[in-house]
Formats: sequence, C-alpha cells, structure tokens
Amino acid sequence: MATQHSRSAARLMMAPAVILLLGWMLVPLTMTLYFSFKKYLPMRGGDLGWVGFENYIRFVTSSSFWPSVVTTLTIVGGVLLITVVLGIFLAILLNQPMWGQGIVRILVIAPFFVMPTVSALVWKNMFMDPNYGLLSYLWEFFGAQPVEWLSKASMTSIITIVSWQWLPFATLILLTAIQSLDSEQLEAAEMDGASAPKRFAYITLPHLGRAITVVILIQTIFLLSIFAEIFVTTGGAFGTKTLSYLIFQRVLESQNVGLGSAGGVYAIILANIVAIFLMRIVGKNLDA
Amino acid sequence: MGRITLDKVTKSFGDVNVIPPLDLTINDGEFVVFVGPSGCGKSTLLRLIAGLEDVTSGQIRIDGEDATNLPPAKRKLAMVFQSYALYPHMSVRKNIAFPMKMAGVDEAEQKKRIEAAAKALNLTDYLDRRPGQLSGGQRQRVAIGRAIVREPSAFLFDEPLSNLDAALRVNMRLEISELHNQLETTMIYVTHDQVEAMTMADKIVVLRAGHIEQVGSPLELYRAPRNKFVAGFIGSPKMNFIEGAVAQQHGAETIGIRPEHITASETDGMWSGKVGVAEHLGSDTFLHVHDSGLAETITVRVNGEFSLRHGDTVYLTPEMDKVHKFDAQGLRFE
Ligand SMILES: Nc1ncnc2c1ncn2[C@@H]1O[C@H](COP(=O)(O)OP(=O)(O)O)[C@@H](O)[C@H]1O
Ligand SMILES: [Mg+2]
Repeated sequence: MATQHSRSAARLMMAPAVILLLGWMLVPLTMTLYFSFKKYLPMRGGDLGWVGFENYIRFVTSSSFWPSVVTTLTIVGGVLLITVVLGIFLAILLNQPMWGQGIVRILVIAPFFVMPTVSALVWKNMFMDPNYGLLSYLWEFFGAQPVEWLSKASMTSIITIVSWQWLPFATLILLTAIQSLDSEQLEAAEMDGASAPKRFAYITLPHLGRAITVVILIQTIFLLSIFAEIFVTTGGAFGTKTLSYLIFQRVLESQNVGLGSAGGVYAIILANIVAIFLMRIVGKNLDA
Repeated sequence: MGRITLDKVTKSFGDVNVIPPLDLTINDGEFVVFVGPSGCGKSTLLRLIAGLEDVTSGQIRIDGEDATNLPPAKRKLAMVFQSYALYPHMSVRKNIAFPMKMAGVDEAEQKKRIEAAAKALNLTDYLDRRPGQLSGGQRQRVAIGRAIVREPSAFLFDEPLSNLDAALRVNMRLEISELHNQLETTMIYVTHDQVEAMTMADKIVVLRAGHIEQVGSPLELYRAPRNKFVAGFIGSPKMNFIEGAVAQQHGAETIGIRPEHITASETDGMWSGKVGVAEHLGSDTFLHVHDSGLAETITVRVNGEFSLRHGDTVYLTPEMDKVHKFDAQGLRFE
C-alpha cells in the first residue's frame, strides 16, 4: 500500500463492500427514524401523519419500559458471567492432554450449531416441562416437588438456556487463547515458586484478558437482541420481557409501527451506553 | 552452595529413550556448559535438573540431599529460558519481583534487591517498561535479573543467547562470564554453539544422543578429544579428517588435523591441492582446498595476507606433533 496508485486501487476495490455495508445499515436506520416520528398503524388507517416526539414519550412512560431494560441487562450480565467463568474452566480442562480429545472438543462445540429456536424448544419441552421434563424426574427422584421452571424461575431458566448456547463460543475462543500461552512462562512461574492457583491468577488469567474481552464484547452484541429464546419459552411473560421483545410486541402485536420504531431508537441508545461502559471497563485489554 | 550430582539418571518419553543412564557431578561454583548438536538431549537434561521433567530412573542430589522428587520451586535453582519467558503483562520491576513475591520476601528487601540487580544489569531506566517494549538483549538481562534476585544455589541457562544477533551475543557472553566471577555461584549453561562452550566454561560436557562423550576443561577437549565426535565438534573451523593410505602411514584408521595446524605454501609442501573458496576474516583466511587426494575438502587457516586465488595450486604441510590418531571405533589413541 505504498504508492499512490496502489492506494487508489485499494480504495476502488473496497468500495463495493463499503457501499453495501453502508446501505445495509443506513436504510433500516433511516426508516426506523422516519417511522418513529409518525403515527403509523398498518391495520388501523395506515400512515396518520407526523406526531413529533409523541412516540418517544409514550414508549418511555409505558410501565413496561424500565422493567424491560432491567430484564435485558440482567440476562446479558447473567449469561456473560456464566459463560466466561465456565468457559475458562472448560477451556483449561479441554487443554489437558486426554484420551478422545478431538471428539470431546467437537461435542463441546455442538450446542453452538443448534438454532436458538430449536434449543429453546428442546429445553422447554425435554428439560423444563414440569410434568415430563427430565429435570422434573430428577427432582421427583430425590423426593422433591418438580419446579415449574418457566413460570416460577423464569429468568433463571432463560439465562440457563442462553448460557448453554453461548458457552461453546466462549470456550472455543478461550481455548485457542490458552493454547497460545507459552508453556515456558508457566514453567518459569513454577520455578519462581508460584503454586498452581497463583500461576492461574498471575499468568493464565492475564494472558486470557484479551480473549475474555472479545468474548464479552461479541456476546453482548448478540445478547442485547436475543428474541427466539423468549418467544419460544415464556412469550415475554413472567418478567422476561426484554427491550427487543417489547419492541416486537408494540410493532406486531399492537400493530403500532411508530411506537415500535421509537423503541428501536431507544434500543440503539441502550446498546451504545452498554458499549461505552464495556469499552471503559475491558477495552484497554485490546491495546497491544 | 550448589553441588549437583546425577546418579544413573535416565529419561524416556514413551518408548523413546532420550537420556541413557548418565552420571555427572557439578561442583559448587563451577561454570559447566552442556554442548552438543540439536536434539541430543541438552534441554531435557537441564529440565531434569530443574525438576520440570520427572526422571524415569536414577537420582538427582543437590548439595548432598536427594532432590529427585522435589518440586522445582523447592530446589533453589533459577532458570533462564531460551524464550526468556518473561511475564508480558508485568513491568520489568514486577517481573523481577515475582519470585520474591512468591517467596514472601518483605517489600523493603524486595526493593533493595531489585535495585541492586537493575544496577548490575543496566536496567535501572527500564524498570517501569513492559517486556514487549525492550530489545532482545534487555529482555535477556531482565530474565537474568529475575534469576539473580532469588539468590539461588545454581543458575540454569538454556541457550540464552540464541535469539540475539552476533554482536550482542559476544557482549552477553562476556556479561554472563562476568556475573559468574562476581557471584561465584554454580552455573549450568546449555548451548549447541561450541564457541560459547569454549569461551565461557570451566568444564564442558559434550553430549551426543543423551550420552556424555567427554567431560573436561575447554583446552583439555581441544588438545585431547576422546573420540572423533568430540574432535569434530570442538574447535572452529572443524578438524579435518583423513582416511585411507595417509592415515595408515600413521598406523591409524583415521587421522585428524586442525586447520590451524597445517601450514600452506605456494611452492612446496607434503601435500598439494587446488584452492576453492577462501573465506577472508581479515586477521585470518580459511582456505578450502580440493583435489588433494586426502579428503573432499581440507580446511586450512592461513595468514590474512595470503595471496592465492581460486583454482591456484597450494602445498600443505601438517604439524606432525598435532596430528590426532583415531582407531576403527573412532577413539583417539596416542
Ligand atoms: N516432551 C517431549 N516428548 C517427546 N519427546 C521429547 C520431548 N521433549 C524432548 N523430546 C525429544 O528428546 C530429544 C532431546 O530433546 P532436547 O533435550 O530438547 O534436545 P536439545 O535441547 O539438545 O536440542 C529430541 O529428540 C526430542 O524430540
Ligand atoms: Mg534445547
């Protein structure tokens, strides 16, 4: 990329991708903004003209707004905590030389290939069903009253399901990071008198810093907008209504596109606030 | 104190026997160099002493005590790795402090030792940098600093200079020798480079395929190599080996003669050949002589001003009292 010529050639060749990406992003964003200032009820009169900030005010003042923000953040936080902690644990285990390592690794990755809708259905019907779910058998086996997971422990259930889906991703990223740890560093620490827990705390964990950051950032992006798992299991009931689910209800169930679009803009703002916080907390790990 | 004894130590990785039974004593304060070609088991031997690998059989004693099953941290040995193995996310200061922190040395003492080490190793200005911001030579010194502050009974070095450029290597060689003179602590140094072995060692241990071929001072090995392997390994450029009729005249299967023990002349001599490549070092020139009928190439050291060119005829005369004789097993005899 040194000469004038090669630089302009590079720009020319990148242009299609950049234009496509921009269009992909800008068109929906513009439309969301456009509709958020309109009263637009597709089945009840269509476009009823401009209403200024009315949609925005209605969306925040609705009694569902703040609980939905809290629910969203709780799910994101809970899943991040579980996947990072268990992911580190699993990555360390999988990094040990053992018989059948290849197969075990594939099995660990497998949940990631199951579609969210399918895995949520499997969890709902096979594990968490209070009558014939596996967990209810387990509870009965120990003489306990089966739990009605999705209604009585709804948040726990959803966090469990989503964590199960994302654990492979976290494990995979952390495993590759652990594999890149120079074993001589661990040996040096061992000779320096560090016990196994201290070697983990002083050598392995700092080495994983960047990978953990990547896991947190990428998962947050996807977790802020989880939908299928909630739609399939609780349908937003029992305090599991996230912001994106609330928007879905406004647009499709109440057929109020304007109100939903205003919610969409709030979702963008929430995502940015979360992103700023995350970059403050963990972003420095990304500097080389 | 730092007297290390290996008693019939062996090491196998699965079916592969890397170290056959091996006995060796390293005396307190000695600078011992393990030298041998790549893959001969030098690192493995060092790691056995360090405790990073378990011996398959045999015993390791440190200062008379059985250390065979002691964990590395309990052996009071410090190791400098080839990759330096610095902790990348810690500053130089924290790197050097790490072993003391693990040992629970109090803060004031830590500070004192760090400053002393930094001063000795010219690291004072770099204490707050990360290893990634240092040059190769500085990283090397940090690794040495981290070893010094532990005040170990012996230092173990595994090819510590192989990642440095030639000029720096010569410098660090001197610095490590200097350090040994100052500390008078046992040092075990692993290298595949016979120049490092010759210049630094009190005692050289020549290894081949896990076997000790010979143990001795640098000059002992140079003057009286026990066999062809040691003769060819020690000394640079390599000793010339001559077989056939000329060797038989000396009553030997093979004779060896070092490049510096052959005189070259333009007019007369015992053997003749054609000059091939001439390597000019300034002070000396190494001539590679072909078509002498003795061996494919005979290397000869001549004066830097020697003026023969490629393709010229050259006459060679060996110094008879410097000729080494080897029998059919490759062992040297007088
Ligand atoms: N962990 C290991 N597993 C199997 N073989 C090994 C292991 N470490 C070293 N070896 C083998 O042992 C031999 C000696 O290795 P090493 O001590 O590293 O040689 P050197 O340091 O002299 O170059 C080599 O043939 C190497 O392949
Ligand atoms: Mg080695």
